[in-house]
Amino acid sequence: MITDYRYIGKPTLRKDAFDIVTGKAKFISDLTVPGMLYGKILRSPLPHALIKSINTTEAKLLPGVKAVLTYKDVPDWKAGARPQHVRVLDSKVRYVGQAVALVAAETEKIAEEAIRLIKVEYEPLPAVYDVEEAMQPDAPLIYEQFNANVLPPESRAFGPRTLQEIVIGDVDKGLAEADFVVEGTCAYENIPNPLPPETPGVIASWEGADNLTVWSASQGPHMFKVTLQPLMGGINIRSIGSPVGASYGSKYMSWQFVMPAAALSKATGKPVKLCFKKSEHLAAFTVRLGSRIHGKVGMKKDGTVTFLSGDWLVNTGAFSECAQFMIAVGCGEAQLMLRCPNWSLKPKVICTNRTASGQVRGFGGQELKCALIPLLTMAMEKANIDPVNFFKKNYVKPGDGYYWRDGEWWVCQGTDYTRAIEKGAETFGWKEKWQGWLKPTAVDGARRRGVGVGVHGNADIGEDVSEAFVRLDGDGKAIIHCSLAEHGTGQRSNICKMVAEVLQLPLERVFFTPVDSLVNPVEIGPVGSRGTYAIGNAVIAAAEDAQRQLFEKMAPLFKVTPEDLETSEGMVYVKGKPGAKLPWSKGLHYYGACLGRGRFEPDFSKPNFMIVFSEVEVDVETGKVDLIRVVCATDVGQVIDPPSLTNQLNGCLGSGGIDSALFEETIIDKRLGRIMNANMIDYKWRTFAELPEMELVVLETPVAGHRFHAIGVGEIATAPGPSAVLMAVSNAIGVRLNDYPLTPDRILNALGKVNAAKRRGKQ
Amino acid sequence: MTPTQIKPSLPTLTLNVNGKLHSFMLGEGLHEVSPSHTLAYTLRERLGLTGTKISCDEGACGCCTVLMDGKAVLSCILLTVECGEKEIVTIEGLEDPETGELDPLQQSFIDHTAFQCGFCTPGIIMSAKALLVENPSPTRDEVKEALSGNFCRCISNYHVLDAVIAAARKGGGE
Ligand code: FES
Ligand code: FES
Repeated sequence: MITDYRYIGKPTLRKDAFDIVTGKAKFISDLTVPGMLYGKILRSPLPHALIKSINTTEAKLLPGVKAVLTYKDVPDWKAGARPQHVRVLDSKVRYVGQAVALVAAETEKIAEEAIRLIKVEYEPLPAVYDVEEAMQPDAPLIYEQFNANVLPPESRAFGPRTLQEIVIGDVDKGLAEADFVVEGTCAYENIPNPLPPETPGVIASWEGADNLTVWSASQGPHMFKVTLQPLMGGINIRSIGSPVGASYGSKYMSWQFVMPAAALSKATGKPVKLCFKKSEHLAAFTVRLGSRIHGKVGMKKDGTVTFLSGDWLVNTGAFSECAQFMIAVGCGEAQLMLRCPNWSLKPKVICTNRTASGQVRGFGGQELKCALIPLLTMAMEKANIDPVNFFKKNYVKPGDGYYWRDGEWWVCQGTDYTRAIEKGAETFGWKEKWQGWLKPTAVDGARRRGVGVGVHGNADIGEDVSEAFVRLDGDGKAIIHCSLAEHGTGQRSNICKMVAEVLQLPLERVFFTPVDSLVNPVEIGPVGSRGTYAIGNAVIAAAEDAQRQLFEKMAPLFKVTPEDLETSEGMVYVKGKPGAKLPWSKGLHYYGACLGRGRFEPDFSKPNFMIVFSEVEVDVETGKVDLIRVVCATDVGQVIDPPSLTNQLNGCLGSGGIDSALFEETIIDKRLGRIMNANMIDYKWRTFAELPEMELVVLETPVAGHRFHAIGVGEIATAPGPSAVLMAVSNAIGVRLNDYPLTPDRILNALGKVNAAKRRGKQ
Repeated sequence: MTPTQIKPSLPTLTLNVNGKLHSFMLGEGLHEVSPSHTLAYTLRERLGLTGTKISCDEGACGCCTVLMDGKAVLSCILLTVECGEKEIVTIEGLEDPETGELDPLQQSFIDHTAFQCGFCTPGIIMSAKALLVENPSPTRDEVKEALSGNFCRCISNYHVLDAVIAAARKGGGE
């Protein structure tokens, strides 16, 4: 096996590096289109209300205003999963911040002024925020069609057997076999905001009867053709992507900004730009799911889990963007971390009157793990089992099976991650630091140290279909046709590296088409860590196909068979005869090209893996928690680009990751339904001055099924962290904590140092 | 470059950005600068200098950082009309105007892949530039402190620290 690659595994220049450091990179907010208007959204001040009347007369009269739309005159587009239940504008509002009216005007300022001139009369309705309250018979009904505010299970998204619960074996049998049984409630309900710096934005241009061109900062622009076209009456969408000022999943399902802009463009016949303000981003755009488990676990003395049962209550807020898809993936991921024969974990997706939850890095799995691992630790504590040993024993191994999101039984053909766990533990110094459950690692006056660990993995590195073309031009260049948007991982450059390696072409001679659905084949996008394996495989196959065609064309020139040829630097050689060479142009001519085609079909047999170790220091006088050190360990098969990988893994802190255990939360004032911290001062985020020590352990055990034996891990970096920190803090203070975030008041409360008064607006 | 001559009766404003002078009429018209416009808005919407990014638009994230008389300032909370007498440098003004060569700090960010999405990057580079102007050989902690007002959600922070320290070393610092 070749391991000494020319580009793979070596740091290379990111193709967009120059544009990024010079400010030339054009993000969506930097773009303008001639004749463009600006869109603005009037948002609801009430969490639940009927619109009794809307008067737009004055707004329409304001000079420069080109359209004012309300629920009465927008197209009847509905979104949300599923059945589609959110209308682009509706006669009822269901959260503070929901769109009530849309304005298009010549300038942003005029649009803002027009928004203020719209008069709305509401009939307020009672609101509900807690999932269990929302299911009570007397709770306000948020959608007529959803009894007890529970959304129906999904039956189509991932095929007819789409996974909506984990029911395996016989829980009673597992109960009889258990040495220890624990029962409890654990929750991850602080609904952090992934909060990319760039707010959601789009330019939409409606042309003719049914053609829509969309420029957007979507993480998966090509998906508009799959997800939005049918919802918008079967129109034809041309979707053009721009660099994404990060997304962390949140800008994937993009109807919340695309549909309003499209409606305004349709109404005015002009392109309309709509970029959210940061306050809208924080208060009206999608956040993480709320997750609460009432569960029961049986465990043997050796850490074998005999059963797991419980209700998983998922708070999706005012609508489900894709919550049922996320629980499908979450349910699959739970099985990857737990070799348990008897399951009965029943999820319920529940609507409440706060801004909706949606896709965020960790996609259901992080939300589930952050509640499930604390439940499991209750049993580990009883059995007195070291959590590292527990994870080592229980993480899926080659040959083990699991139901994945499609409801099919998959058998693991991937890596055994035991070595990654051991290497991570060694690097962290786990053995020396671990003192047992609820025991601090060190005590220095009021300052107590504690350690904790968490795991996560998904089998989505091979999810969904990717298609790509690779074109070889006579002038010795390769062009990749693929609608992969650059959202920060460097994946566009990494895909170029793979093609350069296959064709042995200088990286500077490999190009990427712009992200444009008109010129590129279907691409789901870089989600679920699928970029390296799924997209990579499609592009590699296309490059190999193009090379095969090139050799077929050129073999007669050398009077050999195509198998006798090889290529490098845009020249074709006869193997073993370095003298016999011709440039590509001799086969392709300057007016010719060959187009290779590659396709990847879904494969859920290769789970990836991440373990996160954390050490915290808690001041038991003030309740402040400092994150001291983090070690992430994984095995990626083969590193493609070292700096991109370390960047991605360091990302475990942000985007609603580890820090969602410590201080990130969306705080709702339940009297008003408003988010109280919808700005970047009150929404806490980690600064440069507070960076913990970070160490990464990356193993490279080759994986089958990929030319370079590589799999992706970027997405999963955030998920194991929060439960690891929860464990570390519990150990430091000697008191078990079962929910997040670990703000000083909660710590002092747990220590009995302040009254257990309810925090205003939150439990 | 000489500022465009305009009727002296009209209120005007001359901005010095990246060494070039730009004159605006003050007012609410489409091509004028309003007294309520922020510097970030004027740079982006009037001068087309979109390298300066707006994220929070309220002084909390550092994405809009530019240099004003050599100091890092947040252009989203500065009114343009306050900037008349100042020298403003944006990310577009860091390259050598003669040779087009990148500032060593920019080159170091490239060499260290000190970005992921890159949206925070111009602001971070400008904050780091201000630091290096004042303190050519900062310690890692001093860099951390100086960049504490810059939000990087992708957590490229570790690579950024490496890039700034390396640039300082190359620049003759410790
Ligand atoms: S955009 Fe100016 S500080 Fe955030
Ligand atoms: S690189 Fe994305 S926020 Fe800093």
